[in-house]
Amino acid sequence: MTVKNVLESRVWPSISTIAQQVQSGEVTALSQVNKCLQIIAELNPEYRAVISVLEKNATMRANEIDSKINSGEIVGRLAGVPFIAKDNFLVFGAESTAGSNILKGFIAPYQATAINKLEAEGAICVAKSNLDAFAHGGSTENSDFFVTKNPHDTSRVPGGSSGGSAASVALQMAPFALGTDTGGSIRQPASYCGVVGYKPTYGLVSRSGVVAMASSTDTVGVFALNSEDTALVMDIMSGIDELDGTTIGKPKLALNDFNMSIKGLKIGVIKEYFEEGVDEEVAPTVKSAIEKLKELGADIVEISLPSLPLALAVYYIVVPAELSSNLARHDGQRYQYSYSGAKNLDESYEQTRSLGFGAEAKRRIMIGAHVLSSGYYEAYYKKAQTVRTKIIQEFENAFKSVDFLVGPVAPTTAFKIGENDNDPVKMYLQDIMTVASNLSGNPAISVPCGLVRGLPVGLQLIAPQRRDRELLALSSIYESISK
Amino acid sequence: MSELTREQILKLAKLSRLSLTEDEISKYQKELGDILDYVKRLESVDVSGLKPTYQVTGLSNVTREDIVVEAQADPTILLKNTPKSQNGYIKVGRMI
Repeated sequence: MTVKNVLESRVWPSISTIAQQVQSGEVTALSQVNKCLQIIAELNPEYRAVISVLEKNATMRANEIDSKINSGEIVGRLAGVPFIAKDNFLVFGAESTAGSNILKGFIAPYQATAINKLEAEGAICVAKSNLDAFAHGGSTENSDFFVTKNPHDTSRVPGGSSGGSAASVALQMAPFALGTDTGGSIRQPASYCGVVGYKPTYGLVSRSGVVAMASSTDTVGVFALNSEDTALVMDIMSGIDELDGTTIGKPKLALNDFNMSIKGLKIGVIKEYFEEGVDEEVAPTVKSAIEKLKELGADIVEISLPSLPLALAVYYIVVPAELSSNLARHDGQRYQYSYSGAKNLDESYEQTRSLGFGAEAKRRIMIGAHVLSSGYYEAYYKKAQTVRTKIIQEFENAFKSVDFLVGPVAPTTAFKIGENDNDPVKMYLQDIMTVASNLSGNPAISVPCGLVRGLPVGLQLIAPQRRDRELLALSSIYESISK
Repeated sequence: MSELTREQILKLAKLSRLSLTEDEISKYQKELGDILDYVKRLESVDVSGLKPTYQVTGLSNVTREDIVVEAQADPTILLKNTPKSQNGYIKVGRMI
């Protein structure tokens, strides 16, 4: 297996085909797991998409599935389908670090609901992928362990925070991978790596067993090689979970029911996303993709959401506030890293956190403490949450006149490793086109729409809340003509 | 660009239970200052008549029946990740 093979041709059939082949006995689940292990062994030393490989557990589960099939049992819609989970998902009995030193060695004592649902349909988790520690970042450079390399150019980042998952699917280490998207952490790396990345409506997939970042915007989603595979996995993971009080019900029709016509659909091109800072070759690439939607019969109109350029400022108040609260639990007393030389409890807290957290986590925790502290709360946090309402209202108004919104995913293609190291604000600007739909809860997808100087560009499609099925169907229609 | 003062950073570090090196203090004075400068653009936004949003799908007070269920994780597995434990309890340092 070479990287040229995996970038230029498919080594996996569709996910439903894999499941059918395993169920019918044409191939074994074990052979699918071994195929992943082989590709990972060959490509991971260079690309470093994966933090840990669950060889023993995956092999055991594959054997169990194969023997069930031998005895005539129906295993499920993902029979023997291997996948990779971002390392902020708890996988029972496996190390789950969230890419951080402070959780290094943490063995998950229970399992994420999303993983349980996939396993119930016969899927097999084969590896855990790299991320910016605690999902803070857009490049995997904030991983406390190592940087993942972009499959299309090893001098560049894969994006982030779910950069390991995006790169692993681009390298076909598995047919799909799980990620989390709090401000663009699935869509932006999907765009940079040239795969499909899906962020659902807020609450569609349970976050139980996923390391929390910002509770009002965290979502669980999928990377895959096409929209059909994405929709199948999303359909299985979605639905109400008693362990996550924010979960919403599934839509009536299955998420992979693509029965929809594009003729007459109204799609709004977001004016603000083409205004400033967009790469001069990225913008026309995205525009020509929009032109293809028009040729298929969609009614394309330009639409303005004037408050969207404020979304990033709202995001960098609301999210640090929430994550500083969520990270308070890492105190060195209950689990994982604990500074051993402390003379008293305060010193234990301070030293554990100072040595265990990386620079970006510390930066964000302190911003959170600042915007929540007395005297600043109204000016920062409450004001940001009120501007958030303004952004939500603009989305709602837009969706009164159009069915979907469209624009780029990120202002540029993948940047060079180290390029934005010394400037957090410049790094944060990579999220400028993705954060708004996290603040509003709308579903959004990144679907590959071309190359600029050899690097992938993603088309972002956004739908009203709970229109996940229609969004995935539109993305699939786009794919059918873009190939 | 407005840097935060050394005292402000030390106060935030204390609130965050972090102890910072001298290098970190001066680095965060600048970086946090830059971030707070960036978010200042919200100051002039007119939000009259609008309420803050804390939850985006309209749910509130989601509850479930208060019944005992078998948990996935049993205490022995939970305590495997604990730095110090004794007799099935987490052991922490003196508080007072």
